[in-house]
Amino acid sequence: MKYTIDQFGYYGEFGGAWIPEMMYANISELLTRYLEIMESPGFSQEFDSLLKDYVGRPSPLYYASRLSERYGSHLYLKREDLNHTGSHKLNNTIGQILLAQRLGKTRIIAETGAGQHGLATATVCALKGLQCVVYMGATDIARQEPNVRKMRMLGAEVVPVNSGNKTLKDATNEAMRDWINHPEDTHYIIGSVVGPHPYPDMVARFQSVISAEIRKQLLEKTGSELPTRLIACVGGGSNAAGTFYHFLEEEQVELIGVEAAGRGVDSGETAATLAVGSPGVLHAARTMLMQNSDGQITEPYSISAGLDYPGIGPLHAHLFKTGRAKYLNATDRETLEAAHLLTRLEGIIPALESAHALAALDKIPMKPDEVNVVCLSGRGDKDMAAYLEYFGY
Amino acid sequence: MNRIDHLFQNKKSRILSVFFTAGFPGLNDTVPIIELLEKNGVDLIEIGIPFSDPTADGPDIQHSNDEALKNGMSLELLFSQLEGIREKVSLPLILMGYFNPVMQFGVERFCRKCRETGIDGVILPDLPPWEYDRQYKAYFEGNGLHNILLITPQTSDERIREADRQTGGFLYMVSSSSTTGAGKEVSDFQTEYFERVRRLNPDHPRLIGFGISNRATFENACQYASGAIIGSAFIRALQEPGTPEEKVGRFVRQILPSV
Repeated sequence: MKYTIDQFGYYGEFGGAWIPEMMYANISELLTRYLEIMESPGFSQEFDSLLKDYVGRPSPLYYASRLSERYGSHLYLKREDLNHTGSHKLNNTIGQILLAQRLGKTRIIAETGAGQHGLATATVCALKGLQCVVYMGATDIARQEPNVRKMRMLGAEVVPVNSGNKTLKDATNEAMRDWINHPEDTHYIIGSVVGPHPYPDMVARFQSVISAEIRKQLLEKTGSELPTRLIACVGGGSNAAGTFYHFLEEEQVELIGVEAAGRGVDSGETAATLAVGSPGVLHAARTMLMQNSDGQITEPYSISAGLDYPGIGPLHAHLFKTGRAKYLNATDRETLEAAHLLTRLEGIIPALESAHALAALDKIPMKPDEVNVVCLSGRGDKDMAAYLEYFGY
Repeated sequence: MNRIDHLFQNKKSRILSVFFTAGFPGLNDTVPIIELLEKNGVDLIEIGIPFSDPTADGPDIQHSNDEALKNGMSLELLFSQLEGIREKVSLPLILMGYFNPVMQFGVERFCRKCRETGIDGVILPDLPPWEYDRQYKAYFEGNGLHNILLITPQTSDERIREADRQTGGFLYMVSSSSTTGAGKEVSDFQTEYFERVRRLNPDHPRLIGFGISNRATFENACQYASGAIIGSAFIRALQEPGTPEEKVGRFVRQILPSV
């Protein structure tokens, strides 16, 4: 139980609900009802059936033999990129839309960075016929255009955010402001394991299907439910939380999160929160943050819009602090090269976010008989412009 | 006696409280604006500590936060600007802002600095009452500092009574469910909320804030509370042409009949 929340919504010293009174009604409603709703028979039935027939779960656990040969160790890829809408994000939005319906909400808002969470939210809103507003930084709208068009086709209103660096943090600020202004009819689908309690716990539970499947699939493929290590990229940290979830208590399984170093952790242009951050309060949670000595949040930078965030989920801050998980980072350049390598060895073009996890393989000492599982959290369609620019095809 | 308590003891109605962001429009405007507000008859001042991510604020106060930070404002600098302020003004002063800058400054050190400077109260909307009780109450009380709590139209009767027990100085009534400066029209729902709080008859006096911008909205708020708080409208007034004397004088005269 060391890695679950306490009665105040804390993982160790991280988490909580640092909300203004204007958000109290919404958060307390969610807090008192989320577990009861999630554990009700009708809910899990609908959730499981949508994951199977709509998302396409279970997602395959693929043995990447040429990549394994390259690294001299067994490498499995958890293919979240094969989910409907192209990433793990749909696991969470399916769960939250069912929750929102049961709370009687008619309007859905979301923040998005790479657009994967916005796309997954717009998708479930179309599925359920609910109004959808997605906040997205103007910088991200420019660099993730295919997703913006998809969201609009799905009927979502995509609102450009022009404050700060015009990226994920700023989109989150604006979504929180929207929620304050709509305290009755609106549910805010946060896309990662961030924000006030109960979001980090709730989103981790919805994403935990990833690790539940990995255990089963590993048993079938290797004879053991437990790998040597799990590797996942971390921005807010939802795919990593889902990948680690059912292994947290298995102390012999090594957990590795990979942050976005941008142009390098010491370059001033980075999003590697744990590498350069310190404890603080942002987006209603006490967690690790990139900030200056006056408590002003530092603008993050990463080529990957989905990891371009100056904070991290409180679960990861806790796993970092306790040493349960290790956090590495990968630069833009290392990430691009890793994406290229996977493409050429396995015929899979990964999302830039997921390619950070692949880039870390160069930094992890691996032995031939070890079993490594990398969460391939998303596919690279949305990143073709960045790949084409770098590789010049 | 805390100057906030003193004010409410001596003035029961039509209290005007004005909010502005420290270091805006100019880095060194903080103290002159405080002096001008007092000279023009304002009763209470809330000095905003700028923050990079003001999630409860609308566009006007977001803008003043951004500008103040660009000007080089910080909490450290604010305290040094406010040194000696008690030789200049006697009205109650409140610091208002987000928790993170206070946390990085050190909460205990912050409370001590407030007392040394002559600050009477603090409003930190994202420091919820349960965290305040758990970790910080002793620092505030030990320095004679009021922690002022907010209530909104969504706050239940039970929680309003609880806030009344826990708040210091007064209850900050957020007029409508919104970020600052939203300027929503006064609705029946709002009137119902104002009446509901009045019927609960809290021990603490109340000030109404958010969406108060001119004489009409100020007068309306004063029917239901001891007074009102204006923020965004004053931030806008500070960006109009003119000297600080002219801008502050013109703004206060728009709200209060000549004093």
